[in-house]
Amino acid sequence: MIGALFCCAALSVAVTVGIVLSLIPPTLEFFTEVDIFAFLTGTDWAPLFVPAKFGVLPIVMGTIVVTICAISVAVPFGLGTAIYLSEYARPRVRKLLKPLIELLAGIPTVIYGYFALKFISPFVQNLWPFGDSPGVFNALSAGLVMGIMILPMVASLSEDALSAVPHGLREGAYALGSSKFEVSTRVSVPAALSGIVAAFVLSVSRAVGETMIVLIAAGGTPNMSLNPGEAMQTMTAFIAAAGTGDLPQGSTGYKTIFAVGSLLFVATFMMNVFSNRIVRKYREVYE
Amino acid sequence: MSLLEPDLDSVVRLPRQSARRRVSDRAFLIVLIISFGLALAGLVALLWYVFDTGLPAFGPRLWRRFPSLNPAISGARSAVFGTLWVLAVTAVLAVPIGIGAAVYLEEFAPADKWYTRWIALNIQNLAGVPSIVYGILGLAFIARGPIDLGPVVLTGGIILALLVLPIVIIASREAIRAVPESLRHGSFALGATRLQTARRQVLPAAVPGIATGVILALSRAIGEAAPLIMIGAFTYVPFNPTGLDSKFTVLPIQIFDWIGRPQEGFTQLAAAACILLLVILLVMNAIAIWLRNRYEQRW
Repeated sequence: MIGALFCCAALSVAVTVGIVLSLIPPTLEFFTEVDIFAFLTGTDWAPLFVPAKFGVLPIVMGTIVVTICAISVAVPFGLGTAIYLSEYARPRVRKLLKPLIELLAGIPTVIYGYFALKFISPFVQNLWPFGDSPGVFNALSAGLVMGIMILPMVASLSEDALSAVPHGLREGAYALGSSKFEVSTRVSVPAALSGIVAAFVLSVSRAVGETMIVLIAAGGTPNMSLNPGEAMQTMTAFIAAAGTGDLPQGSTGYKTIFAVGSLLFVATFMMNVFSNRIVRKYREVYE
Repeated sequence: MSLLEPDLDSVVRLPRQSARRRVSDRAFLIVLIISFGLALAGLVALLWYVFDTGLPAFGPRLWRRFPSLNPAISGARSAVFGTLWVLAVTAVLAVPIGIGAAVYLEEFAPADKWYTRWIALNIQNLAGVPSIVYGILGLAFIARGPIDLGPVVLTGGIILALLVLPIVIIASREAIRAVPESLRHGSFALGATRLQTARRQVLPAAVPGIATGVILALSRAIGEAAPLIMIGAFTYVPFNPTGLDSKFTVLPIQIFDWIGRPQEGFTQLAAAACILLLVILLVMNAIAIWLRNRYEQRW
């Protein structure tokens, strides 16, 4: 019986091994057909066309642009929400408001995608301040909505970190005549910084790995541009788009899915490990 | 001078907070409330827009009619049933395995051994793997490759089960950890083995917490589209699944399909299907909250 229970726990390790095993062989085969250096530094991405081009940078760039948009919404406003909930809100108010924020985290990403394309995108098109108005599909709409999607995670992780800071520290600062603003920004936030940084790294990882919002709202054109008003393709959106087309197994195009998947997996996995390490290593241990 | 009379001269007079500090204090609170307001505004705008667009098209036809090329007579019956089928497979696989893993890690695993730490760390990292990577796993091994099941209900269920497994394990571990040691000691003192203690004392006491976690995990599964797209489930399916080996579609994929169509009618249908999905999620979450409040025990 205990053996069976151990197998259940060990299955999770098998899943990780399975993911790695599913990625590595096709990726290695891919790199026998396409030069790895050309893949990582090329600026033309058209793996499913003839002639095929395998420079991954445009979809990496798309991922970065969307992620920056998402992070610039999720991190400041998520942190603000966390500080408000943990430092300012009365317990009754917090108990009422927290589930509302958590509701945002439970909404399926396909609905966020719909919202980004049909509701946010027209706003972005109309309010665009520089030059030509963006098209219906643009990285900014997808990024902004993704920011709202990730905000609850940043808020909840940061709030956990803030509420782990012992009250004695705050009371000491109040006793010295600090205002609430000073206590929040000079005592609570610095004391919880490791948790907040971990939340930041995790939110980047979430944004990089999110698929449906970008697939629906960011457009499907690989684009080397830094302009968030343009249509872009991210790594995840490419994988999903290639997955919907019935690519013949064994073709170079099919293996591209795995090569990009490996890149995505390595990037997000490193960020997740890094974030977990920050939490464990730099956590101030309070009695 | 009597002792009871306060010596006013020796009382330290605190300087009043300077105007600048009071202003920065106010301004900071306003910034915080704006941050919070933005999150709420996002939620309200999303719900308002989806309901405003979708309500005219919302009705029993969503679960009575099969998808069609004509938006006026189209529904999502196959997607509703596909969702139920896949969710059932996911639950059957993820719940026992997840709880088993949690019981092992909390009750039996030697805490000082490298492999215990390794498994725990691995589960934490798995929880952060993007869902589409699970789709790649499914594509390589389950839908095609060695197992080669094709894009069927069983494949979808297995992929979503693997995806939510870390959530089930983490939530169950927390619930089990919250059961006080005294309960275990009492059981041991009466001569119960560790297995009997785990099964008859710890698990029943942890059931409300585990159930809450399971429902949250399943509500994550119900909204996933990306990994199912990868295994080839993004196709026109105008029939209900009849078994584990049937082709299927699910609500999020149906919504994705309708979003991509140009006709106004499909945009409305997509919103209506979003409402249906949100209502299902709301019911699931309400059950989770009710379970938590009804059976929560304070130790």
